[in-house]
Formats: sequence, structure tokens, C-alpha cells
Amino acid sequence: MTRTLIRNRLALVALGVLALLLVAAAFSPLLAPDDPAKQDLLARLKPPAWSDGGSLAHPLGTDQLGRDLLSRVIYGSRVSLLVGIGAALLAGVVGAAAGLFAGFRGGWLDRVLMRFADIQLAFPSLLLALAIVGFLGSGLWNVVLVLGFTGWVSYARVVRSEVLSLRTRDYVTQARATGVTDLTIMRRHLLPNVLPPLATIATLHIAAAIVAEASLSYLGLGVPKETVTWGSMLADGQLYLGTSWWVAVFPGLALMFTSLAINITGDALRDVADPKAYRR
Amino acid sequence: MTPLLELDGLTKEFRGPGGARTTAVDEVTLTVEDGETLALVGESGSGKTTLTRLLLKLLEPTAGTVRFEGRDLAGLSAAELRGIRAGMQVVLQDPYSSMNPRMRITDIVAEPLVTHDAGYRGRAARPRLRERVGELLTSVGLAAGVQDRYPHEFSGGQRQRISIARALAPAPRVVVLDEPTSALDVSVQAQVLDLLAELQQRHGLTYVFVSHNLAVVRQVADRVAVMRRGAIVECGATADVLGAPEHPYTRELLAAVPRPDAYRARAGATGA
Ligand SMILES: Nc1ncnc2c1ncn2[C@@H]1O[C@H](COP(=O)(O)OP(=O)(O)OP(=O)(O)O)[C@@H](O)[C@H]1O
Ligand SMILES: [Mg+2]
Repeated sequence: MTRTLIRNRLALVALGVLALLLVAAAFSPLLAPDDPAKQDLLARLKPPAWSDGGSLAHPLGTDQLGRDLLSRVIYGSRVSLLVGIGAALLAGVVGAAAGLFAGFRGGWLDRVLMRFADIQLAFPSLLLALAIVGFLGSGLWNVVLVLGFTGWVSYARVVRSEVLSLRTRDYVTQARATGVTDLTIMRRHLLPNVLPPLATIATLHIAAAIVAEASLSYLGLGVPKETVTWGSMLADGQLYLGTSWWVAVFPGLALMFTSLAINITGDALRDVADPKAYRR
Repeated sequence: MTPLLELDGLTKEFRGPGGARTTAVDEVTLTVEDGETLALVGESGSGKTTLTRLLLKLLEPTAGTVRFEGRDLAGLSAAELRGIRAGMQVVLQDPYSSMNPRMRITDIVAEPLVTHDAGYRGRAARPRLRERVGELLTSVGLAAGVQDRYPHEFSGGQRQRISIARALAPAPRVVVLDEPTSALDVSVQAQVLDLLAELQQRHGLTYVFVSHNLAVVRQVADRVAVMRRGAIVECGATADVLGAPEHPYTRELLAAVPRPDAYRARAGATGA
């Protein structure tokens, strides 16, 4: 009882953080005090406002080129959300389609798709992402594409196993007996029933993709240098960790809280979408 | 006149893990006449359900043919088969898994209508569709207004009525009933059986009725086919098969069924 309450309160906080993030991403130009790209070489590596030598002009301080960190963290949320949601959508659509067909049609299609999934799972996904970005080249949409592609397997597996149990339900048999087409059965009877587990995986994947984008950008393989992302900010900051910790720590904190908030929301969603609620 | 359904040498083998084979249906040859009720009886695992799946073409036979209205189902194009499916409907045993829990009764009952009649598709056709679903629900003894509800709001017997309404929707000629009442209480079971009899009269339906319950079979069936290990061991008029069984297996089945006294009195001394 109290555990549920505590979990609910945590989920509420997480949702609040996510709402804040969405607002930050949607209204970055309005919220950011400064142009995130504007350099000010006279105000390089200024500490946050509350430290010695800091000022309210740069509440979170500045980086090595004198750019306002608060503005950069706010703008960075755009790429993170875009990459996270974009990758999850892409992987969700591809994975759900693969899982639906593999599970419902079975046979050779199932064997081919699942073998493909096994092979892909044998590679660490970040390594795979690195290889593909190396091949495709960097860029925002390539990052979305790569992280979407490397993520489809978990969606496909969950959808497939759900479909394997759903397809023997009497209402599916009856639909087939009455001549409903396979595609309609998938849309009408199978997809709605696999959406709750899909949503749960999506939240986990969004968090993972945001971190992966940061890793790729950190390695200089993500989005172009001019685009502000938390990952590239981290990469910039690590050189100054000893002297000016704030350059790396603020984007790091943003990344951590975002991925935490999404994970907690995902957990809460899983509780809500407890399969027991749909039995019968 | 050609029989409504003709099964000829129908065989279905399943291959289990490790290549072990089960012959679930073994060279079944059988006809179902227009307007009759044919009961399929036999112990659990004897292949009754598999046989109905073959005649509904939900499974591909290993050998043999199914003819519906004289046409071999194996030779049909996808479009022709879809047309034929409107004429063959099925009601299954479990009233709980027979409806998508996320759909309203309107859409559950309307599924065969929407599938077979473009005139029921889309928003504009909605009033017409609701009216038709209302009529169907009334004809199975439910209020037309219940169509806005979800399956979980109904009892097992009510759900079975809804399943029957759905099966009637495309005006089928034959309805396969796979143990339609075995999950229900005895009193509810009797009501549903009465309803089925009344609907058969009114619409001239043909039933293929799968059941464990020989008392029920005696009540509803014109003819009985007894299945054992996939094969039909005895087939004939209900009174003959249940009154004076020829095959030892049928006698065994009859002996195994605890029968109500009224039934015993009518059936005479067939061993107890
Ligand atoms: N999809 C399948 N794969 C493998 N074996 C199957 C399959 N379906 C049925 N069988 C086997 O075929 C045989 C007949 O099963 P079927 O379900 O047709 O029996 P039934 O007479 O309907 O039994 P019940 O009265 O329990 O419903 C059984 O041995 C069963 O295990
Ligand atoms: Mg059965």
C-alpha cells in the first residue's frame, strides 16, 4: 500500500521532470537566456552564479568558449528528445511489424526474422551503432536511424511472444473463420493488445537512445559539431573536469535525470499495464 | 440434392517436436445435410475440434477434401473463399476468450457484417449497423441497448448469446458449435440450447454440434458421428446410435456418462 503510494509519488515527480523537459525543448528560444552558440571569449569558463566569480548573467556558468551553459543545456534537450522519441518510434514501428508478422504468420518468415534478431543481438548495440554511423556518416537523422535500427529487436521479441499467445484466442479464430483478413486481424485484435508492453519498452528505449546519442556525440560520431547536444557538451567538458567541473556536470545531470525520469515512468506504466488487468 | 457439406477421406497429421506424428483426424468421410444437426461426439483428444477446423478451412488437411455447397474448398481463390466463409460460422466453447475484451458488443457482433458487406463499413453506415446489431441481439434474447457495453459486463450465458448473434450476422447456412454450452451452468445451458433450436427453426440453419454431453446430444442432434482417435467409428440417426450402439466404443462412451433418470427411463436398458 505505502509502497504503491511512494512509487506513485515518484512517478508523479518523474512525469513532472518529463513535462519540464518537453517545455524546455518546445520553447528553447523563449526560455534560454542567451544564444547557445554565442561565444564570449572574455567570459570563458565562468563558474555558476552561486560560486565565487560567478554571475547571474550565466546562472550555470560558461564553457571554454564562453557560451552560456544554461542555454546550451536547454537547447540540448531538443536533440535528446528528438533522438530518443524518433529512435523509439522507428524501432517500435519496425519491431511491432516484424513481431506481428513473425508471430501471426509463423513458418519461414518467423524463422528468418528471429534468426536475424538473434544475430543482431549477438553484437553489442553501441558497437553496432558505431559501425553503422561510421558507414553512413554522422548527422542527426542518421543517428535516429541507427538507434532506431539497433533497437527494434526487443520490440519484435515482446510483440511476437504476445502474439503467439493471442493468436490462439477464440476471437482470433472466429475472425479468421469469418474471413477477416490477416492485416485486419493484426490491426483490430492483436496490435491493441500489444500496445501496453510496447509502450513500456519504448520508455526504456527512449532513455537508452538518449544516452547512446550522448555517447556517439561524445565520441564525435553523433550530430554535427554546431548542434548543441548533451553528449557533445560532456565531451567538451571532460577536458576541464579538473578545473571547471560545471562544463561537464550540468549536461551530465540533465542526461541522468532525463533517463531516470523516463525509466521511472516506464516502470509506472508497466504497473498500470499489468497483464492481469487484461485477463478476461 | 447435394449435401451441404461433404468430407471425403479427410486426414490431418500434426508433426510434434522431434518429428513424432499424431493423426488427429484419420480418413473421415462424412456428409452434413441441409437443415440437420449433426453431432460429433468422442472423448477428449479424439479429433472433434480438429475436424471442425478442417471443415472451416482454418487448417489445411494432410489429405482429403471438403466440399461446401458442392464446391471443393481447396480449389478456391482467396476471394471465393472469403465469400464462402460468410456461409459458415462458428461458436466456440469458452465464452470468455471468444470476444476481444477491448471491443464493444456492437463491433464484436458486427465483425462478420463489416467483413462481408461494404454497406456496413464507415461512419455513414454506423446507424444502419447499430440497427442491425440491435436486431441480432434481440433475436438471441438480449436488449438491443446492450451493444454499447464491453464483454466483461456480461455473464457466461449472455456472452454465449452474443457469440450466437455474431455467428448469425452474415446469415450463414451452417454453424459449427464446438461445445457451445459445456462451460455454462445446467439451467443456463438449457436456455441456450432452446435458443439454438428456435434459431435453427426460424433460419433453416444446419448445425455441426460438438459435444461431450450425450444427454445434450440426444436432445439436439438428428444424427450422431462417434469419433475415436481421429476416425469415425459409428455414424447414424441419434436414436439408433445412442439407443442401440453397434460399436463397442460407443457403448463404452454411453456407459461412462452419468445419466439423469428421465433419460435412463426413455433410453431403456442399454446397460448402466
Ligand atoms: N495444433 C496442433 N498441433 C499438434 N497437435 C494437435 C494440434 N491440435 C490438436 N492436436 C492433437 O490432435 C488430437 C485431437 O485434438 P482435438 O483438439 O481435435 O480433440 P478434441 O476431440 O476436440 O478434444 P476435446 O474434447 O478435449 O476438445 C489431440 O491428440 C491433440 O493433442
Ligand atoms: Mg475440442
